[in-house]
Amino acid sequence: MTVQLLAGQLLLGLINGSFYALLSMGLAIIFGLMNVVNFAHGAQYMIGAFTAWFLLTNFGVPYWAALVIAPLIVAALAMIMERLLLRPLSNLDHLYGLLATYAIALIVEGLVRQRYGATGIPYDSPIKGGVHLGFMFLPWYRLWVVLFSVVTCVGTWFLIEKTRLGAYLRAANEMPQIVESFGINVPKMITLTYGFGAGLAALSGVLAAPIYQVSPSMGSNVMIVVFAIVVIGGMGSISGAIITGYLLGIVEGLTKIVYPEGANMVVFVFMAAALMWRPDGMMKSN
Amino acid sequence: MNKTLLIAAVALVAALIAPVYIYPVLLMTILCFAIFASSFNLLLGYAGLLSFGHAMFFGTSAYITGYILKTTSISLELALIGGMLVSTVMAAIVGLLAIRRAGIQFAMITLAFSQFVYFVLLQAPFTGGENGMQGIPRNALFGLIDVKDSFHFYYVVLAVSALALFLFYRIVNSPFGEILRAIKDKEPRVESLGMKPEQFKYLAFVLSASLAGLAGALKATVFQFATLTDASWPISGEVILMTLLGGLGTLSGPMFGAAIVVILNDELAGLGEWALIAQGVILLVVIVFFRRGFVGEMAALLAKWKKPAAKTDAEATA
Amino acid sequence: MSETALKSSAAAGTAPAMLSVENLHAWYAESKVLHGINFDVREGELLTLIGRNGAGKTTTLRAIMGILQKRTGSIRINGDELIGKRTFEIARKGIAYCPEERAIFSSLSVRENLLLPPVLKPGGLTEEEVFEIFPNLLRRASSQGTKLSGGEQQMLALARILRTGSRLLLLDEPSEGLAPVVVKEIGEMILKIKARGYTVLLVEQNLRFARKVADRHVVIENGEVADILTAEEVERAPERIQSYLGV
Repeated sequence: MTVQLLAGQLLLGLINGSFYALLSMGLAIIFGLMNVVNFAHGAQYMIGAFTAWFLLTNFGVPYWAALVIAPLIVAALAMIMERLLLRPLSNLDHLYGLLATYAIALIVEGLVRQRYGATGIPYDSPIKGGVHLGFMFLPWYRLWVVLFSVVTCVGTWFLIEKTRLGAYLRAANEMPQIVESFGINVPKMITLTYGFGAGLAALSGVLAAPIYQVSPSMGSNVMIVVFAIVVIGGMGSISGAIITGYLLGIVEGLTKIVYPEGANMVVFVFMAAALMWRPDGMMKSN
Repeated sequence: MNKTLLIAAVALVAALIAPVYIYPVLLMTILCFAIFASSFNLLLGYAGLLSFGHAMFFGTSAYITGYILKTTSISLELALIGGMLVSTVMAAIVGLLAIRRAGIQFAMITLAFSQFVYFVLLQAPFTGGENGMQGIPRNALFGLIDVKDSFHFYYVVLAVSALALFLFYRIVNSPFGEILRAIKDKEPRVESLGMKPEQFKYLAFVLSASLAGLAGALKATVFQFATLTDASWPISGEVILMTLLGGLGTLSGPMFGAAIVVILNDELAGLGEWALIAQGVILLVVIVFFRRGFVGEMAALLAKWKKPAAKTDAEATA
Repeated sequence: MSETALKSSAAAGTAPAMLSVENLHAWYAESKVLHGINFDVREGELLTLIGRNGAGKTTTLRAIMGILQKRTGSIRINGDELIGKRTFEIARKGIAYCPEERAIFSSLSVRENLLLPPVLKPGGLTEEEVFEIFPNLLRRASSQGTKLSGGEQQMLALARILRTGSRLLLLDEPSEGLAPVVVKEIGEMILKIKARGYTVLLVEQNLRFARKVADRHVVIENGEVADILTAEEVERAPERIQSYLGV
């Protein structure tokens, strides 16, 4: 095993982990408040990437602008979806919410594939070049992805765990009716939170566009892995989702060195192990 | 009661003469998926557990049955049982872990395990990887009866399906089925009676997986090939759609659902992604407007038409 | 009977109705729990809803607060209709609610719990004012909300709803499950709150506790109002109310 190989796979794992962390964090936030597993999370991630590509090819909108615009568009669409679809289902078994978001994911992915085909579309990296570290070449864009992901995750964690706004969210996770009895518009809060989670997914999508190719199936492929990560981290635990996301990204990268065939299975093995030894999740708060 | 018998008799006659008018492979596909949807229905409709990974049992069993038929000259029914056994054992292992979490998490965990199985099947040397397993022979039934012709084979599939559905009927109407329904509605109360809901759920999961395995095994012999698609998550989603569309927790619902979805897929087969998009739209419409499904809504409609006051009765017997 | 209760009861007798409940019916899913409840809460008074377990007292509070959405009839605060309104809109009309289970958030510290309700109306207490009335909470401000003792949790739950500036407080069995010493403390606290001019609608099963603080008692039985008694009437003939409660 060479240092180059090890460092290369570690970086790749860290990149994948950056996306796992962002996506599972958004999923955990939505789940915490709504008790809905947002199956459309992958589709929202994919639409984020597609929106960036669409804006660039049709209107010449650069990456940096898309990084702001695409999440806003997806968040707006998600909020409409919450109001029209998820809210009427919220009094039923939560499985209906999961199935409804699954149906949306099917429709969205199908429409995009019908229109743009199944093959990936490349998206040019906005930051060219990189740095030779002696043992490896580090592209600037990859460094940007890791840093941006860490800052976004830590920032969101801080917002939820340490601020007054976050206290509303945590309280509403526990007892939404009581929070509402204090005069807080909890239904609106749920809509905004869903929009925020979907926006985070879209943001990850834009971030991913230059690294992975933009393709209709990019979301559903990563989604199932992210589900496993959320199960390992403990449902609804923000910090659990973030830490597990990065860790399993790295574990996946390392597995590629030792046993390449097992790389896309190792997350599921970890999930099985977690279910065996920590049936309540790694960081379950209550 | 006489009316029910009459309906059953008509259905039987229709099933017997159907392959004269309709392409037998299409009919057999419907029957396979009717078993598959019933297996899913047993779990969600009666035990309240949503498995989002039922394709792992369906797909694995298809491959195993195919592999047995390709490499040995064993008779057909034993190959089917072989596929079923493997998916049953698999469910016995997966169930031990998955059953530890309820509701939504159960769905996520089964989905994740089925993705794991998908990757295993992708890399296992005997499956043919991306190309799938082609040219699965239909060995003679009981080593005697030749079933190479699809018209003849249809009657075998029909008999097996009838047997499977009868089994399903017996399960849900047994004391075990009663307990499952009780768990679904009031788990704490069942617990307070000194029973362990976990054990019943586990058993339901394993039973459901064997039925799903039977469906997959049959499918491999009908089409004479097995592919990764059989074990992929869209198939898990499809069986959910079939069951909800037909009527969750009803006896005949999943059969209708399977028929509708299979025919729809067949009609839209040449139109690219539209089959999948249509599935999404239908699922959405069912979830939002018709949660009782086709059979449930029909029964309600019938009851309303017959006796406006007996609405709740129809819901109970649907 | 305490003197304060007597005095304010006299004052409340002439005050206008702040909250009026007329012909209130309410359902839990399909089963009907309230069958036409009628009563008024006058400004500045402390009214109890008293009755046996399962009579419909808590349901009445939940229906007023809109937590139980399936309800008919009329509930008005200062003339504004509350039926058809959502819980947060009702809260913004100036009603605060302290539920039976106290509802202290375990993921929030004592201070966060206390400061969670936003100030909706002028007159909501500041952090300093709250700690002045509830000095015990200041010492535990940074510990986890649910680490407090039952009595402290009840104090916190009471203190918390004073933040919004609502003048009508709905309290659901604040004495439940607490030691007699603590119950006495809670009673004093409620009188202190009342002395600040708040109007209180209190759900109680504990008649001794209710008699110490209330101006009037509304007896609820099988989802209906069985009787309405003033504090004086109860003092004169306690048997009457005791017969309803079966004590």
